[in-house]
Amino acid sequence: MIGKETAAGRAGKFTFLGLWLAFTVFPLYWITATSFKAPGDIFRFPIDYWPEHLSLENYSGLFATADFGTYLVNSLVVATVAGAVATVISMLSAYVLARFEFRTKSALLMAALVTQMIPSFIALGPLYLLMTDLKLVDNHLGLILVYIAVCIPFCTVMLRGFFENIPDALEEAAMIDGLSRFGALFRVLLPVMRPGIVAAFIFNFVNCWNELFLSVTLMNSDSNKTIPTALNGFISSFNIDWGSMSAAAVLTILPTMLLFAFASRHIVQGLTSGAVKG
Amino acid sequence: MSVASTPTKTSTPGRGGATRAGGAPRGGRRKREFTTRRGALIAAFMAPAAVFVAVFTYYPMIAGGQMAFRNWKLTDLTDTSWVGLKNFADVFADPAWGTVLGNTAVWVVGSIVPQLVIGFALALWLRRRFRFRGLYQALIFFPWAISGFLIGILFRWMFNSEFGVVNDLLQKAGLIDEPIAWLADPDTAMVAVLIANIWYGVTFFTIMILAALQSIPDELYEAAALDGAGKARTLFRITIPYIRTTLVLTVLLRVIWIFNFPDLIFGMTGGGPNDETHIVTTWMIQITQQGDYGRASALGLLVVGALLMFAVFFLLATREKKGVRP
Repeated sequence: MIGKETAAGRAGKFTFLGLWLAFTVFPLYWITATSFKAPGDIFRFPIDYWPEHLSLENYSGLFATADFGTYLVNSLVVATVAGAVATVISMLSAYVLARFEFRTKSALLMAALVTQMIPSFIALGPLYLLMTDLKLVDNHLGLILVYIAVCIPFCTVMLRGFFENIPDALEEAAMIDGLSRFGALFRVLLPVMRPGIVAAFIFNFVNCWNELFLSVTLMNSDSNKTIPTALNGFISSFNIDWGSMSAAAVLTILPTMLLFAFASRHIVQGLTSGAVKG
Repeated sequence: MSVASTPTKTSTPGRGGATRAGGAPRGGRRKREFTTRRGALIAAFMAPAAVFVAVFTYYPMIAGGQMAFRNWKLTDLTDTSWVGLKNFADVFADPAWGTVLGNTAVWVVGSIVPQLVIGFALALWLRRRFRFRGLYQALIFFPWAISGFLIGILFRWMFNSEFGVVNDLLQKAGLIDEPIAWLADPDTAMVAVLIANIWYGVTFFTIMILAALQSIPDELYEAAALDGAGKARTLFRITIPYIRTTLVLTVLLRVIWIFNFPDLIFGMTGGGPNDETHIVTTWMIQITQQGDYGRASALGLLVVGALLMFAVFFLLATREKKGVRP
């Protein structure tokens, strides 16, 4: 808040900010520290807060016994393709929703909001049957198609916010200069939109990378599994192997965290402009 | 193509307002384009999104919805006859139903209130520049990059009764004498999943509120200071009214998401012990896994219905005179 800050208020503020930071970062530190402990040291007392002997055993086990490399590649392919296609499709619909007024517009926006209310579980059974008919069960293409549909509503709303922040005058000027509407869109608007498009793609990518229930339902052979499905497999047995689990968690979290760190400013802008304008 | 290389940041008058008269022509472009070509363009650009969402979201949802009125069990696929409201009656008659409903209320309220309060406080404080603010924001943003399921696993490890770091830290601080079996005791299990969800969800509020705060003109605060308004008065008379739309929409969206967010609980407790951390959607997963699609769908329809009703009432109750449109 704007106004004079007292010394006590300032101290309180930074104490809170510090505590919150510690609370946010500690679980991430802890899972990382666990992953680098030798399997025997994980269950030792007193608890080792700063692992003395760093060990890569948990990681090597992951690739030797669980074929984690395949899951990583599968997730990478599915999330990249689905994220990219969903971004392109959402760009088209977001453009129309931002630049035109038409009769079905509020109905379409409402339909997008309703998708957020549907528990994905209600659709799982019929989706499985649909995919069986299309012969796309246990097939990455099938999962990609479903993920595209999952990403579109929110991505459209987010990109619409970005489009609305760019003045109409930009395209109008280009069209007066003799470009068609398509020319204006692709050669003038899209370059300006680049940060928003990157943010939307990253958001989609992370959502697909993290999705669990659809992939568990649609993928059944081991060589087709994505990472969340594999993680779920790790805990379905009675005992969790915490060493492998923490190594797997670190490998799962790291890529998305790097992407978010890289694009967080754009994502913040995208989320807010999309939601504030509604 | 000089236009492309100079991305202008000019503000156009009349674009920032929350409301815009529907269908009113905005400039010459609008008038020129009231043609069938305009309609064709809208249809062509909307079509891919509409087709994908219709085929892979709405069709399965509607098909799943009608399962709620059929006998649809994986164990007995030969008989998928209509049973009317039997699945709903079975849901209501289940002894777990009351527990699940109560848990869902605790889960939603117990998550949203701390998330909103802490998120608001962080946003107010982050509004002022300080050293490393950018880094700070990037760091507290991280939980958002992680899947709810994995967050559940992360906290499950930390709340482990034997080797968990939470017990160790509490004992070191002298707050407890002996380890607590966090996830085995119904009361503490709910507290543990709520802590995990607060860890995850505060960031979203912080981001949304911070962005809205940055749109408040400084002059308003200067005027308030001249009038001698105190901190609380400034907060309730200027800050909150000004970002009202953002607050309303963020709370609405978050309530929907939290209500409909089984991932974290699924990874952390699986709904246990004794259904004590089951919310409606995790219970629905369990029923699906038991193969009773009919009953799970009935639950799903109840969720959609409850959320739709909530959205309508919430938007009506918080509507401004101008009208907040979703």
